[in-house]
Amino acid sequence: MKKLDLLITGVGGQGVVLASDIIGEAALAEGYDVKKTDTLGMAQRGGSVVSNLRIAEKVWSPLITEGEADILFAFEKLEAARWGYYLKPGGIAIINNHAQPPLAVSLGKTAYPTDTEVTAILKQRTDRVYFIDGTKLAQELGNVRTVNILMLGCLSHFLPLKLETWREVIARYLPEKLHTINMTAFDRGRKEVRDGHL
Amino acid sequence: MTTNPKNQRLLSGNEAFALGAYHAGVKVAAAYPGTPSTEIMETLAQFKDLHAEWATNEKVAMEVALGACYTGVRAMASMKHVGLNVASDPFLAAATTGVNGGLVIISADDPGIHSSQNEQDNRHYAKLAKIPVLEPGDSQEAYDLMGIAFDLSEKFDTPVMVRTTTRISHSKSAVKTSGKRPAEAKHPAFYYNVPKYVMLPVNARSQRPKIEKRLVELAEYAETSPLNQVSEGGKELGIITSGISYQYAREVFPKASILKLGMTYPLPRKLIKDFAGKVKRLIVIEELDPFLEENIKAMGITVSGKEIIPRIGELSARIVADAARNAGLLAGEPVKIAEVPGLPRRPPLLCPGCPHAAMFFTLSTIGQRAKLLEAKDNTPKEPEIIITGDIGCYTLAAYPPLNAMDTTACMGASIGQAVGMAKAGIGKKVVAVIGDSTFLHSGITGLVNAVYNQAKITIVILDNGTTAMTGHQEHPGTGFSAQGEAAPAVKLEDLVRGIGVKNVKIVDAFNMKLLRSAVKESLAADELSVIITRGTCAVRQPKKVNPRAIDAEICNACGACLRLGCPAIQKSGDKVSIDAVLCIGDACTVCQQICPKQAIAPLKKEMK
Ligand SMILES: Cc1ncc(C[n+]2csc(CCOP(=O)(O)OP(=O)(O)O)c2C)c(N)n1
Repeated sequence: MKKLDLLITGVGGQGVVLASDIIGEAALAEGYDVKKTDTLGMAQRGGSVVSNLRIAEKVWSPLITEGEADILFAFEKLEAARWGYYLKPGGIAIINNHAQPPLAVSLGKTAYPTDTEVTAILKQRTDRVYFIDGTKLAQELGNVRTVNILMLGCLSHFLPLKLETWREVIARYLPEKLHTINMTAFDRGRKEVRDGHL
Repeated sequence: MTTNPKNQRLLSGNEAFALGAYHAGVKVAAAYPGTPSTEIMETLAQFKDLHAEWATNEKVAMEVALGACYTGVRAMASMKHVGLNVASDPFLAAATTGVNGGLVIISADDPGIHSSQNEQDNRHYAKLAKIPVLEPGDSQEAYDLMGIAFDLSEKFDTPVMVRTTTRISHSKSAVKTSGKRPAEAKHPAFYYNVPKYVMLPVNARSQRPKIEKRLVELAEYAETSPLNQVSEGGKELGIITSGISYQYAREVFPKASILKLGMTYPLPRKLIKDFAGKVKRLIVIEELDPFLEENIKAMGITVSGKEIIPRIGELSARIVADAARNAGLLAGEPVKIAEVPGLPRRPPLLCPGCPHAAMFFTLSTIGQRAKLLEAKDNTPKEPEIIITGDIGCYTLAAYPPLNAMDTTACMGASIGQAVGMAKAGIGKKVVAVIGDSTFLHSGITGLVNAVYNQAKITIVILDNGTTAMTGHQEHPGTGFSAQGEAAPAVKLEDLVRGIGVKNVKIVDAFNMKLLRSAVKESLAADELSVIITRGTCAVRQPKKVNPRAIDAEICNACGACLRLGCPAIQKSGDKVSIDAVLCIGDACTVCQQICPKQAIAPLKKEMK
């Protein structure tokens, strides 16, 4: 792999930063240079969160350039649409099929984009747009909070990192009592992509 | 913080600063929270073989560190950029007395204003104080630089400033932490030395030539310092840069010659002259002010900078590349990729169950303010009260639907501003609103002033028992230290009464009736009044049980509950509902209390 720029997005509280940390550590463990930078602070209060993660032999800037991200990895649909312009032409968008309407939408002042609109926005950059029912699948597994690890399982298909490395780093980041459910979630995510339910 | 085959760890700049300081043997560290500096202290506080403290404010933190370094041990203070404004008095004093043990001050600037009230380039402070400033370009440098900073401080008898930015502090990159904490930290000892430590005019005057001499010696050191590095490249273009801008320069100009300055004041004149002489064209790439550029121009060297590179906000490789294309330094047209217009924004909000919301709702309705921006009938009434605001999560109450804040300047300003407005004769009631951490930081002196000058204002102290905005740090009112030990808690009501306020009310932050009567009574009183609202921060609320639900049969969608701005209350079409996952339930119940139809009640078990 020459370079891989991943833009990870979602809403404060969805575990975007944790997911980004895990991918970064996994890449570092396999000998790559890694730089990453997250929105912190105010955005924790339910705001839009974005993490820039860059993997290469040698990384200089921690920020991804607009229009050059290889992968957009989104935990929420509106955020996928918002950050879609970072994708390079022909890049990959992996999106949790989940909507979290912002307050302005609840107050009836503006509308949440329809699925067709979200897809159209992303299709301006690439045809490789994959929606995953991550939140629903995690609910079926009995713990909706595992959605970020389940989504990592989906993502793992597109990254040249070993399965053992993923498992080892995920275990390092989560408390022991959550290991089993999260490994199941990770496998479920991998299966979803492998079986082509895309 | 884990290791990999190359023995590297992925660390944020702030973690790296803390670890570097720890391995350099720092004995006393003081800080006041502030983005993007907070995690330096949070990381240091995890070590038990040093003293790490949250100070009441940055001025105090600076003074604590200064006193500690006078005893010969290594000490540091860390703060966000505006924190150094607060601490500038002892900062300049430290520059005048010099040190004994090493003293390092970390200033975390926020280009782009991610989480601040302004943008400022604190390298100017180093020049003002005539002390050295160091700037790392990634986490490895942040780690390595701390040891050098302490050594320099002791060698040149000067405080050393380390200037970081959001993008350095909050980025993670690979770090090899080769150092180890010295087995024996220095024993503290203080030696009587009035000419050095007592800045009477006569002594301060005798320090002045020493300071100038120190600056000359530091500039000399800069000529050969390992902090300043040349990477030889092509002769066409030479770039002088520092900090995060170095990364952008390398990415955009892989073939150019680069002089990377790790020490950006004082500057190495000869090194820069030599570098300039080797290239055809010389540019400076730096974030914010033309600090390097102006100092290099003052050496009589031809260089361009801010006529090419923006001076407002953060840089990025894209911004640098576009600027270079516009200036003809790179071929091609600037990249035109734009954000998708028209998507709903997602600004930060007060949390579901935030103890600040009910007080702001009360002020908003009593003061006719709910109508300010949102009036459906298009006849907004004049607001009946003016609300001077302060800095914290509660500043978010300035947004609709609460519209309950008229000013926000800097920490602690609300009380002084309210006094000023009242004394100007505004003729309306003025309410100052301030958080508990902010009140302790810099509201107390404002309150003393208000009492002394007999201002008839109302001051609301929002006591949520934590410094929420910056990520829930302890403060002198919480009963815990930075290192997690039990500590005496300052009681706000005792403090306020002790200052001489007679009219003091303490109100449950979730009780609408009591809040309403407290505000009405205080506004009616012909004297200074203080209302302390008390309620646990929703993020720290341990008991989130019995979420509320709206009975669709009874609800007529009047929208009263929506005026709270609670993210758990949603409206789709004509139906208003409460998200049971987000609602904190029994601990709040504010929406239930304000519902005119009594349509809100605990979610029934069978509905779950
Ligand atoms: C001089 C200065 N130091 C630090 C900060 C960062 N900061 C902003 S608000 C705040 C404290 C907020 O705590 P509090 O007043 O208790 O309000 P809360 O967020 O808990 O509602 C801090 C530390 C700042 N803006 N200015």
